[in-house]
Amino acid sequence: MSGVSAVLRKELTIYFATPIFYLMGFFFLLVEGFLFFFIYFSYFQTARFQVAQNPQMASMLDPFQVVFRSFFEDLGFILLLLTPMLTMRLLAEEKRAGTAELLFTYPLPDWAVILGKFLAALVVFATFLVFTVCYPLIFAFLTKMDWGQVAAGYVGVLLLGGACLALGLFASSLTPNQIIAAMSTFALLLVFWLIGAQQDVGTAWGGTLASLSLREHLPNLAKGVIDTKDLLFYLCFAYFFLFLTKRQLESRRWRA
Amino acid sequence: MIAVQELTKYYGLTPAISRLTFEVKKGEIVGFLGPNGAGKTTTLKILAGFLPPTSGKAHINGHDCVTESLAVRRSLGYLPETAPLYTELTVSQFLLFAARAKGVECKDEQAEVGRVAQACGLEEVRGMLISSLSKGYRQRVGLAQALLNSPPLLILDEPTIGLDPAQIVEIRQLIKELSGDHTVVLSSHILPEVSQLCQRVIIINKGQIVASDTPENLSRQLGQGSRLKLEVQGPVPEIIAALRGLPAVKEVVSLGEAHFLVESETDLELRPEIARLVVARGWDLLGLQSQEFTLEEVFLNLVTEEEA
Repeated sequence: MSGVSAVLRKELTIYFATPIFYLMGFFFLLVEGFLFFFIYFSYFQTARFQVAQNPQMASMLDPFQVVFRSFFEDLGFILLLLTPMLTMRLLAEEKRAGTAELLFTYPLPDWAVILGKFLAALVVFATFLVFTVCYPLIFAFLTKMDWGQVAAGYVGVLLLGGACLALGLFASSLTPNQIIAAMSTFALLLVFWLIGAQQDVGTAWGGTLASLSLREHLPNLAKGVIDTKDLLFYLCFAYFFLFLTKRQLESRRWRA
Repeated sequence: MIAVQELTKYYGLTPAISRLTFEVKKGEIVGFLGPNGAGKTTTLKILAGFLPPTSGKAHINGHDCVTESLAVRRSLGYLPETAPLYTELTVSQFLLFAARAKGVECKDEQAEVGRVAQACGLEEVRGMLISSLSKGYRQRVGLAQALLNSPPLLILDEPTIGLDPAQIVEIRQLIKELSGDHTVVLSSHILPEVSQLCQRVIIINKGQIVASDTPENLSRQLGQGSRLKLEVQGPVPEIIAALRGLPAVKEVVSLGEAHFLVESETDLELRPEIARLVVARGWDLLGLQSQEFTLEEVFLNLVTEEEA
């Protein structure tokens, strides 16, 4: 366990010492702020205006359903663009700079290296998410909030983030080139995002493919429904790619 | 400490090392010597558990370097070639990470980092980013991380490369001090370094061991015969012809300005005979000196013999 914390602390120091973290944090929050204020907020204002004219609609106006559902779902899409930037460096740069030779000759088990790096990326991601808590807080001044629903939404986004980061870590383990790692992460995430679109065409495989899609499992959580099916999907997805990463690192030892 | 048997490594179809067999005892300082591309780095990488061998076995402390990699890695400090480091971190941050990764106890890590930083002369740069350090300092940081947690075995790939002469002396002194408690395996292509530091030299060329002995023995055995440096004033062609006429003289080379190099086939003392000859011919004998073969020449001999 001390090995995990050693790698985790090193990775976090590097994240916080390099401009990429601050740049990405800045743009992530800029986009979130833009979406929130200019799209959801104005939509909410319009809806409220209509409600004022039509009192019987008032009971139907739930700020969570109106604003936060799309807030969390859009957050998922932004993740798609964000995770490749966060994970591309993790293993690819170690190989390129030759520091892999240090890292893998320290008495650290492979799983400790992988878990440390994965958790570091997840912590950075969670840090970005913590900043977005200001939006529900602002909303809480305007209307009554259901904090349970907000929490479910954040759990969903965090799980989705974990799944995307695990996939990114795997892509980073395949190449010493950060650009290739980022591009393949993005391509793979896009595949897993769009794979559910088959459902609309209505082929026999549509339903099966849709349940493999990263997108299909977010709306429930964004609505505030915590379903074990969705939780398990994200956890298994993350575990699967961490497992592949471990196998990929191990192959270094038998690929003589 | 180290037992290597029939170690072979192929990169694609090219053999990097083939059927290396050697042993290193506890407390020894062993130097790997060889030209570029001889397989020194490959051998050290396999010993450190970073590369798997194509065939053959390497054991450290009785643990197999491939199947018991973790146990092997616990007992070793490794300085890779060109000392790769995390350039985004400061020296202290990096050494702290390395200490934690090597399993130094939480309460001892600061003291341990302080100890190696002092041993490697890093105290004044501890707060600096590694990316802003010079090559010499980076090399010392690399050495410092290898020393963390005092591993019983140190594998150092070209430890003094990129250092200035004063630092080289310091680092060599440091490595010498480590012998006894630590076993040290280092590679180098600087010959005086190996002959000063190491109790045993393994000369390796084209992936094969061509010689393995103490530096003194190597100079003696492999520089067969003896050599004389001669300074005589007189007609050069005649002097050469006369010297060649002596029994046991193999080769006479004129070095210009009345200097000659005489090589003999045996260890027989030639000096009295040459002196008599020169005086008898009426030339002026200005100097006569016997010369040892340096490790450098032994090395060149071995490496070029292989090619012939």
